[in-house]
Amino acid sequence: MAFVETMSTGFGGWSPLFWILAFAVSAITGWLIWRRGESSCKTGTEQEKPYLCGNKEPEKGDVHVRAGNMYWGFTEAMKGYYEFLIPLHTGILTDYILWFLGVIAVMLVLAAGVF
Amino acid sequence: MIFEWIVQNSPALLLAVPMLGAFAVPLMGRIGEKARDGWVLLVSIATLIIAGILTNEVLTSGTVVYTFGAANPALSVPADSGGIPFRIIFAVDAMSVFMAISASVVGFAVFLYSIVSSARMSGKDSFFALILLMQVGILGMVCTGDLFNFFVFLEINSLAGAALVASRVDKGVAVEAGLKYAVLSTLGGLLVLFAVGLLYGQYDALNIAAIADVMQFGMPEKVALVLFVAALAMKSGAVPMHFWTPDAYSMAPSAVTAFLVIASQASLYGLFRIVFTLYNVTLDYAAMGWIIIILGVLSMFIGVTMAIPQKDIKRLMSYHAVSQTGYMLLGVGVGLAVLGDENMMRAFGMTAMEGGIFHIINHAMYKGLLFLTAGAIFYQAGTRNLNKLGGLGHSMKWTMLFFIIGALAIAGIPPFNGFASKLLIYESVFIFSPVLSVIAMVVSILTLASFVKVFHSVFMGPRLPEYENVTEVPKAMLYAMGILAFFVILFGVFPQQVIDILISPAAMALADQGSYISAVLGGN
Repeated sequence: MAFVETMSTGFGGWSPLFWILAFAVSAITGWLIWRRGESSCKTGTEQEKPYLCGNKEPEKGDVHVRAGNMYWGFTEAMKGYYEFLIPLHTGILTDYILWFLGVIAVMLVLAAGVF
Repeated sequence: MIFEWIVQNSPALLLAVPMLGAFAVPLMGRIGEKARDGWVLLVSIATLIIAGILTNEVLTSGTVVYTFGAANPALSVPADSGGIPFRIIFAVDAMSVFMAISASVVGFAVFLYSIVSSARMSGKDSFFALILLMQVGILGMVCTGDLFNFFVFLEINSLAGAALVASRVDKGVAVEAGLKYAVLSTLGGLLVLFAVGLLYGQYDALNIAAIADVMQFGMPEKVALVLFVAALAMKSGAVPMHFWTPDAYSMAPSAVTAFLVIASQASLYGLFRIVFTLYNVTLDYAAMGWIIIILGVLSMFIGVTMAIPQKDIKRLMSYHAVSQTGYMLLGVGVGLAVLGDENMMRAFGMTAMEGGIFHIINHAMYKGLLFLTAGAIFYQAGTRNLNKLGGLGHSMKWTMLFFIIGALAIAGIPPFNGFASKLLIYESVFIFSPVLSVIAMVVSILTLASFVKVFHSVFMGPRLPEYENVTEVPKAMLYAMGILAFFVILFGVFPQQVIDILISPAAMALADQGSYISAVLGGN
């Protein structure tokens, strides 16, 4: 497998070969576990339905965790940051132009004074 | 004989083929839809082959200089010109072909995908003609050795892009996004033109090599540099000039968005070309390098944190495009910051540049793939709203697989291509500044988190009643995604070969201003 060369980063290296081997071993292990599963299970029958202690199964849409509910904790913890950042994205073209011109102004000042 | 002629004229053919192809699209449309679709595919394959031939030529024989209108295309400076290369000249080095091959591969995938994905659209003649013209603009930007020519191709790229963003004219927001893109691109283009004018006034020349050879760093040159850097950074979507990116990327048809990523990268190429090839030795490397690094870090962090709360799959991916551009700016910026120090350049500067440049092609492949998967989801489910989607993994298994490949690649998970370029950036930037490297790693973690959210929202969960009848997308769209997924895996499994063949020569070409100048001006 010499054709899968170790990538040199200048400080060390990384060989994709080990990852490929690890992936292959994991996949084979997973397949072996799956193969030992209950073979009498019949798809498309009652056996596939979730058992909820005898309660009625909720609507499919109700049990799916939607995107809006994900990472609530992250955005809540970063509330101050997002309260500042999101309003900057106004969607107004003149604001976009102002930001662009502002960056040019800062760079011109730097160019005149620094380099 | 014919092959030799193609090789000799490959820089001109690289543009002539898609340009003529674009103008012939409406004629082919008159014959029939199949004829037009076949024509578009044929043109994109021919462009890809010519890009391959030109790449081989440059990588084996060095920079190719092509002078339009000269008896001998290699004769860049005619004897009676007073030493000024006044004709339009293409100077195609390893960095140019690196960009050209990337644009041609993604271009082919985009055309293959669009033929099916645009089936429900009207006005397909102009749609395909515009994509081909955008390809002309991109290829022209990366091949030209002339500043005014660069401006012309930038305009072709921008105008075609703006029209494509607004191509869903039935939706007002698409037209609004197209207008925003057009206005900002025009403003950026005007500033580039003004900068070109300043340099022309100073040096009576438009050729990059000719100006670089005699460049002094006075006030007009400084103003020109600022205008170039700001305009091209804005066009590449760098924070805080990125605001147009989510608007334009999310409203364009997905295949167009995949190509808009390449269009933005062409501007990034322009930025690097101006800084490294036009100015280079006249610059304060550390100051200029840090400006690019700061733009990069802002883009990385603000891009990813803005992506996380998004509910529109394409807006989310657009913010990630901004974030990934930050990695490229960071890697190349660190290389620029230490360009004047041979020891640091050898120790980590060149590796940082290689990482940044490698990330350009990797991003083109995996972000192109991700936008195509987003398009496939929209094509079948009819919505981009992550709050409404769910359970599509049951019916769109191939799209889900391609999404997983793209998502893992963008998050920098081995053995996909994003990991290889990010590792080069992490390790080299760490030596320069550990803080920057840590920020880059944190951004990767947040990227993974963001794509886990998309994966769960779109593909996981029970099969929802509203998507009961959803099936997999047509095969041509899957093949297009498969092509990009193939490169994502290939570049991840064989990173060193890609670095040896494409990336290192590109980084060397960028860093070595002298070779570029002598290749162009030494042609007399």
